Amino acid sequence: MKNWFIFTLFVVIISGCSSETTTQEEDYIPIPYQLEIPTLFAEKLIDPRIPINNKLTVEGVTLGKRLFFDNILSVDGTKACASCHLPQNAFSDPNQFSQGVTTTLGTRNSMPLFNLAWNFDDKYFWDGHALGLENQALEPVIDTNELGNDSWEPVEAKLNNHEQYPKLFEQAFGTSVITKQLVAKAIAQFERTLISGNSKFDKFSNGEIALTPQEQNGLNIFMSEDKGDCFHCHGNPNNPLWTDNQFHNNGLDATFSDLGLGLISGNPNDNGKFRSPSLRNLAYTAPYMHDGRFATLEEVIEHYSTGLQDSDTIDTLMKKVNQGGVQLTTEDKADLKAFLLTLSDPTFINNPDFIQQ
Amino acid sequence: MKKITTLLILAITLFTCNEDNTIISPKVNFTFNHHWNNAEINNDNLQTTTVTNANGEAINIDRFRYLTSRFELTNTNNETYTFDGYKFTDLAIADTYNFSPENNAIPSGTYTLKFVWGFNETDNIDGAYPDLNTASWNWPEMLGGGYHFLQFDGMYNVDTTDASPFNFHNGTARVSEGVFEQNFAEIAFETPILINSDTVINIDMNIAELFTNPNIWDLNVLDTPLMPNYDAQKMMQQNIMSIFNLGEITQ
Ligand code: HEC
Ligand code: HEC
Repeated sequence: MKNWFIFTLFVVIISGCSSETTTQEEDYIPIPYQLEIPTLFAEKLIDPRIPINNKLTVEGVTLGKRLFFDNILSVDGTKACASCHLPQNAFSDPNQFSQGVTTTLGTRNSMPLFNLAWNFDDKYFWDGHALGLENQALEPVIDTNELGNDSWEPVEAKLNNHEQYPKLFEQAFGTSVITKQLVAKAIAQFERTLISGNSKFDKFSNGEIALTPQEQNGLNIFMSEDKGDCFHCHGNPNNPLWTDNQFHNNGLDATFSDLGLGLISGNPNDNGKFRSPSLRNLAYTAPYMHDGRFATLEEVIEHYSTGLQDSDTIDTLMKKVNQGGVQLTTEDKADLKAFLLTLSDPTFINNPDFIQQ
Repeated sequence: MKKITTLLILAITLFTCNEDNTIISPKVNFTFNHHWNNAEINNDNLQTTTVTNANGEAINIDRFRYLTSRFELTNTNNETYTFDGYKFTDLAIADTYNFSPENNAIPSGTYTLKFVWGFNETDNIDGAYPDLNTASWNWPEMLGGGYHFLQFDGMYNVDTTDASPFNFHNGTARVSEGVFEQNFAEIAFETPILINSDTVINIDMNIAELFTNPNIWDLNVLDTPLMPNYDAQKMMQQNIMSIFNLGEITQ
């Protein structure tokens, strides 16, 4: 009896030991993170794109969120990703050009961040030069005018010497040795959770509410080839991304100070082309266009209505360029604006999961 | 118990017999080639070639995407094999020139080919196809909904100082508000196709025919908007009938 007791005790101790080693070191298994895909997206769109070598985990997403908001990534500890991608602005910047660690401003308007896992060509920035969100995240940290580091090494060193980060990386990725690749992976995981699919228009699509007659008329203008004709580039009720994520010249300039896609591809046919932004959350993402030249939606609509500039690469969908644009009436312009605002999603900018706690 | 055993034996025998008798089923794939009369148009030269239509306008192509569906092969016994899926072709993306239907094995035999330009009424369901929605291929609800069949954008009169855009888009035709008319086309080839091993059926599209036959298209009159224009939509449907030819059959 006594022997039996000792034997049991022995077994318990051994298994106790071994389970301790597995949870805290090598074999910690992070919990898979389930993306909350809006039913409308599940119904209408192909599945979001998650790279096989960076599956989302609860630990990875939490870590990515912390990094996104942490000034530790900047050279002088003053700025974070979130400094130019503010949650209350759908993760864009209300300033035309963002201020990083220096006083030199960039030349492009910050981009909002949502529904990034549905950007199927996986090309990021206005000119699409970064392939994959992980690659994108490597850039701001060593951009002189953004987070300002000369290289990733000092950032990796700071993180490796931090009292909490090594453990958090251990839990997310099974190693406490922090590299830029793992930092980028964690941030990309968090970014992929930024889903916006609960606007007034989404509720209308789900049959929960009605549009006002003005909003309905605005939708018709958006969808009519002989009126606004916006839907060939900016989605439609069956493409709730409200963008095609393709590159177009929408007639902003006759000559280009920023070549956009042309600079990346080296093809003069691509000069002046930029990626169509989503029209979701416009209520929070002013100013508009790649250089933030328009402060209001009225100015944007006026651009398409009367302000088009001709050039060799202007998109052939900007068909009324010879008359300056699609020539909407005052009422049509107001209705189009009312419709565009139904695409904004207040629950997105107030989602506690996306705001620093 | 005895019964079950008998059944089992029977099943196994049947299964084996069946396997023994199976003749290899050739697989069929399709490749579309695109021309402007004799000049090949592909992803390399799509945006750099200047072509001239039957009415005499010099044209630069910007975008050319189209939809085909319901590929059917009918053999001499009048048995029809309908392939699943549809083919969404974007001239800017060479991969999309090929179409490998999911279940593409059919018995050896002599066949004729038929397919649908666009979607027929049964298939043209608004918002039903996630990949096409994602490509923003939808046709507006006010025009009958469903999907585009063709999006052909470009510039005409490019040899003058007066170059203008055209948007040659085809889909359901709107007769009047709330009244719509199907606008797909059935493309059928009479030439028999002998299939006794894996086969690639080449189909040639002559884009120039869109502007030629039976309606000589005058872009100066009909450039854009054409989607809500019933007559333009119906003329497109007529012209589409002659754009495809059966090409080489390679085995
Ligand atoms: C100083 C301001 C600034 C900081 C700091 C900054 N960004 Fe940005 N971000 C921008 C601007 C401006 C653009 C658009 C630049 C362009 O297209 O050339 C952009 C674009 C992006 C995009 C592309 C979105 C799309 O749809 O293509 C992503 C993703 C992004 N930033 C993530 C981050 C992350 C992650 C960090 C932190 C590691 C970060 N940003 C830090 C200003 C900033
Ligand atoms: C040919 C494709 C195309 C069409 C058609 C088109 N747009 Fe755009 N739109 C773009 C592109 C590309 C941009 C970004 C251009 C840039 O910044 O250089 C853009 C930018 C915008 C923006 C700014 C969004 C932001 O976050 O900065 C709004 C708003 C907008 N478009 C609304 C419309 C409306 C309304 C219509 C119809 C009247 C329309 N667009 C038609 C391609 C198009």
